[in-house]
Amino acid sequence: MNDFELIAQGAEARVYKGIYLGKPTLIKERFEKKYRHADLDKRLTKDRIKAECRAIIRAKAAGIATPAIYLANLERRCIYMEYIENAVILKEFIDKKLSEETNDDRLLNFIAQGLGTIIAKLHLKNIIHGDLTTSNVLLKNIDDDHIKKYKNAANNFVIIDFGLARVESSVEDKAVDLYVLERSLLSAHSEIPLLFSKIFDIYQKHYANKNQCKEIVSKYKEVQLRGRKRLMIG
Amino acid sequence: MTIAIGFEGSANKLGVGIIRDQDVLSNVRHTYITPPGEGFLPRETAQHHRECILNVLQKALDEAKITLKDVDVICYTKGPGMGAPLTVTALIARTVAQIYNKPIVAVNHCIGHIEMGRLITGSVNPTVLYVSGGNTQVIAYSRQRYRIFGETIDIAVGNCLDRFARLLKLSNDPSPGYNIEQLAKKGTKLAPLPYVVKGMDVSFSGILSYIEEHLSGWLNSKEFTPEDLCFSLQETVFAMLIEITERAMAHVKSSEVLIVGGVGCNEKLQDMMKVMCEERNAVLHATDERFCIDNGVMIAVAGLLQYKTQGHTSWAETTCVQRYRTDDVHISWRE
Ligand SMILES: Nc1ncnc2c1ncn2[C@@H]1O[C@H](COP(=O)(O)OP(=O)(O)O)[C@@H](O)[C@H]1O
Ligand SMILES: [Mg+2]
Repeated sequence: MNDFELIAQGAEARVYKGIYLGKPTLIKERFEKKYRHADLDKRLTKDRIKAECRAIIRAKAAGIATPAIYLANLERRCIYMEYIENAVILKEFIDKKLSEETNDDRLLNFIAQGLGTIIAKLHLKNIIHGDLTTSNVLLKNIDDDHIKKYKNAANNFVIIDFGLARVESSVEDKAVDLYVLERSLLSAHSEIPLLFSKIFDIYQKHYANKNQCKEIVSKYKEVQLRGRKRLMIG
Repeated sequence: MTIAIGFEGSANKLGVGIIRDQDVLSNVRHTYITPPGEGFLPRETAQHHRECILNVLQKALDEAKITLKDVDVICYTKGPGMGAPLTVTALIARTVAQIYNKPIVAVNHCIGHIEMGRLITGSVNPTVLYVSGGNTQVIAYSRQRYRIFGETIDIAVGNCLDRFARLLKLSNDPSPGYNIEQLAKKGTKLAPLPYVVKGMDVSFSGILSYIEEHLSGWLNSKEFTPEDLCFSLQETVFAMLIEITERAMAHVKSSEVLIVGGVGCNEKLQDMMKVMCEERNAVLHATDERFCIDNGVMIAVAGLLQYKTQGHTSWAETTCVQRYRTDDVHISWRE
């Protein structure tokens, strides 16, 4: 890791950029979290490195854009993966576009098209991401031309951060995955309140298993209602 | 200068607090304590509030060295909370407002915790972890709302601790959480409890049912002592809380944390949060039990902010509600 450079501290890991076997590489190090019990920390770190590698490999096999995995080292708590070049984090992209006041339907449609398509693909393969937020989506090779041709949006989206991912076929898990996304959009991107419903529309269009799709939609409504009904005392 | 009085009674604490602008003049509280193994129920809690209110109010006035005539605005908790205790509190506030002909302001309990936390600690724009008997939320401010980034998908962390204390028949005096904290200091062995984080949300109900299932086995075989279980429960649920706080901080690029709510006075939780903050160059703001646990001052603080920017609440709206989300409130006093 000598010539690797620290580029960010994410939600649970430090990420470093460098060259490994001649390729631009990102090392994701789940460093020891001193705040939690060492045994718990070891267990979680191991589980998450495994979950992340498994889900990424499974997603790649299903034709979903994710970084290629080069190496995982449980002892050293890290994953070596493909570094996605010319990419921006979706959260920063949205914030920037909104500050430039390019908040038009095209931007919304572009993001909805990209995310809706990809999440449907993940769920069809029973991959539950577990942490769908705009911090965990990269946009690569993006310029304003692309946004106009939003039908192909999915080609620009790369999904990352599969540490909380699971392989699970249950309708409940898929519904909760969508609910987590909705809540993260509502809280972090309150300027564009319609984004989630657009994503959900595209998701349903691309969810090839129509029967299960119906079940997911009704389960999602149930999950949402559960959230609203929760009592809050004290 | 404006003097505000706050009445809080949404759960088992009855509090009256008085402030003069930003200065706390008094903060009196009386807690309804149930026997070991028992939780507090709405009817008995409301009864407690009715019995104690005159004493608590008088004490708050005496300590502040004022009379109700000197008060400029009456603030009370509109919700969320338990119906019967909330009703008693609203009734008292409305009565006082009528008798002394003072303006009245209805306050969201959660907003009270946040605004008082900001005032006492001087934190400006923190990521807030709000943890109490009925709430578990990770909150950040944007565009005149406190937005909920993460929360529990089932029971609140305080509820989880309280119910665990009942399983072990721990004393509720001064609070179940306090007694768990003390016992946990003598625990050493970590029991493998479920750890459930979904994005920025957490779930605690699985932990509780897992413990219920294994409790007698663990204790009979002496595999784990009650102290070990207190220790394990704290290590697990607090780690979950810190993790979702950190996730929200990374997402909104925040480097300031404020812990509020009754569970927030747990020193173990504060210590763990501090370590996390150090690991990402952030600062932690926390308060002790005087301000963390439900009290009247928090209602006065939030009520006064509201009064200064929006004026008083119209008489017809001085009701109470059991469900009242943090993100329902328009925060007129922040940019
Ligand atoms: N393969 C990658 N290529 C380029 N940048 C990446 C890649 N993976 C992660 N990043 C950057 O690192 C940040 C943190 O990575 P992430 O996997 O989300 O870790 P965490 O679990 O800590 O959030 C991302 O927000 C992104 O900016
Ligand atoms: Mg991430």
